Amino acid sequence: MIDPLVCLRGVSKVYERGRQRVEVLQRVDLDIPAGDFLALMGPSGSGKSTLLNMIAGLDAPTEGTLQVAGQRIERMSEAALARWRAANVGFVFQFYNLLPALSAQKNVELPLLLTRLSAARRRRHAAIALDLVGLADRASHKPSELSGGQQQRVAIARAIVSDPTLLVCDEPTGDLDRHSAEEVLLLLQRLNRDHGKTMIMVTHDPKAAEFAKRTLHLDKGVLIETAGAGAGAGR
Amino acid sequence: MRYLPLLVAGLLRRKTRTALTLLSIAAAFALFGMLDAVRVAFTAPESLSGIDRLIVSSRLSLTQTLPQAYLARIASVPGVDQVAHADWFGGIYQDPKNFFPNIAVSPAAYLDLHPEYDLPPEQRQAFLTTRTGAIVGQALADRFGWQVGDRIPLQATLYPNKDGRDYWLFDLVGIYQVTEPQLRGVERQLLFRYDYFDEGRTLGQGTIGWFVVRVRDPDQADQVAQAIDRQFENSTYETTARSERDFQRSFARQIGDIGLIVTAIMAAVFFTLILLTGNTMGQSIRERIPELAVLKTIGFRNRLLLVLVVAESTLLLLIGGLLGLAMARVALPAIRAASSGQLDVVMAPQSWLTGLALMVAIGVIVGLPPALRAMRLRIVDALAGR
Repeated sequence: MIDPLVCLRGVSKVYERGRQRVEVLQRVDLDIPAGDFLALMGPSGSGKSTLLNMIAGLDAPTEGTLQVAGQRIERMSEAALARWRAANVGFVFQFYNLLPALSAQKNVELPLLLTRLSAARRRRHAAIALDLVGLADRASHKPSELSGGQQQRVAIARAIVSDPTLLVCDEPTGDLDRHSAEEVLLLLQRLNRDHGKTMIMVTHDPKAAEFAKRTLHLDKGVLIETAGAGAGAGR
Repeated sequence: MRYLPLLVAGLLRRKTRTALTLLSIAAAFALFGMLDAVRVAFTAPESLSGIDRLIVSSRLSLTQTLPQAYLARIASVPGVDQVAHADWFGGIYQDPKNFFPNIAVSPAAYLDLHPEYDLPPEQRQAFLTTRTGAIVGQALADRFGWQVGDRIPLQATLYPNKDGRDYWLFDLVGIYQVTEPQLRGVERQLLFRYDYFDEGRTLGQGTIGWFVVRVRDPDQADQVAQAIDRQFENSTYETTARSERDFQRSFARQIGDIGLIVTAIMAAVFFTLILLTGNTMGQSIRERIPELAVLKTIGFRNRLLLVLVVAESTLLLLIGGLLGLAMARVALPAIRAASSGQLDVVMAPQSWLTGLALMVAIGVIVGLPPALRAMRLRIVDALAGR
């Protein structure tokens, strides 16, 4: 049997605020096979962003084991995690988080600065990524000169430019209108389907979740339901 | 180099703020460049080699006079070609604000020793034959609208007149010009006859302020200077022979330790600069917390972020600082001209190096606190806006 790309066993996360102990995640077990497109849903405070952050190596569990892309990441040092993230994970945020003073091209090149690629090759890779998200003609534009949907597509190009195994998306359509949101979701779906990228997407929006292959619900830190393939999985 | 666009992007994020900060840095370093050049001009040791004119004054102090009788002894020193003497009068024309040097000189020898004073022959003759005669530079004549034939009263501050008046009267018999632009400053003085002054004053008769000595061979100037000083060693009035420029510098040094004053001013300026730039960098990094969090998220390590933030502040200092030093470099010739070439203010390589070291040091000092903050950032908190 092939090992899943993401494997969580007994993962808990506890925050201590003064004397108060808040258990955000409770003994979560989860397998995500390579090539999956998983939507994580749940009410605010259910722990879905915490779970996403841990899978992406941004946060550490209080207990349990986390294996992602063949590596145990829960005990990695910060420097090792940074290297691991650069090599394995692409990030898409709700508010795009592009650097405003850089052009779309330069924003997309950012993860490649950490590689040994020459400037010319970095430019070429960024151009390919921008072309993939349909923004080749906007390469020289600053984020302020792009619409919200276009900015998010630039952010997606930045996430895929270093060809990571895993793409994590935290409310990628939360700040977009319906039309732009659908464009972005179709793009994510295409990256999953045509390019084999494994996707984990946190969303509040059931319509967005329909674009995923399957949906998991979290409530008070517990995985309570596993839905089948999203309605949009076949789109 | 690969991170340079990132550094530039950080600086260009708030263009107006960066421009204003750059201006402040440039102004501080322009001031540093000029003041350091002045400090070097005042403190650098000067060789007498190649100088044909020496000034001999009291070894003790500029205010200490020397016997006029030294003239003959100085003239007898081997290598001395001609000697003149001069004395600071310190008179005031109408108002203390109208300050200009007024000096009692041995007229013929003094003019002989200063061929750069272009005085018409008939005016020179009038100066040599008129006991109350005085000559002024063209710049001073223009300043007060004086013309040959005018009678100029100067209020006595150091030397009252024997006749009981507290002012002296001089007949303007000549106006000289100086053609060399860097010497134009000497056009702002009034020269009058020593014999008139010495006979009329109530104290200090037979003494002078300093001698002007022309040496026969400029290459021997150092040896001649030493020979003159040896003449008066262990006497009541010991002398020091030096270049005119050094003599001028010692005049300015009377206001205090120039090096210390310059250092104190620069310390205050740079302290203010550190506060200002530190505040700017701190504010800039605070505004960019989410961006820095994104960089960390995509794999930028803590140490790299620390280096990038420090490099950004250092780059800011380098751009502003080099701009400032360039401004000083452009301004210094004007200062040199204003001092009639006596203050040899130039940007020495050492000033550039010190300036560069200061830019880097201040860049690191102001960059380090926000860099440490960026380094310690917790990604999940920063992304969540906590």
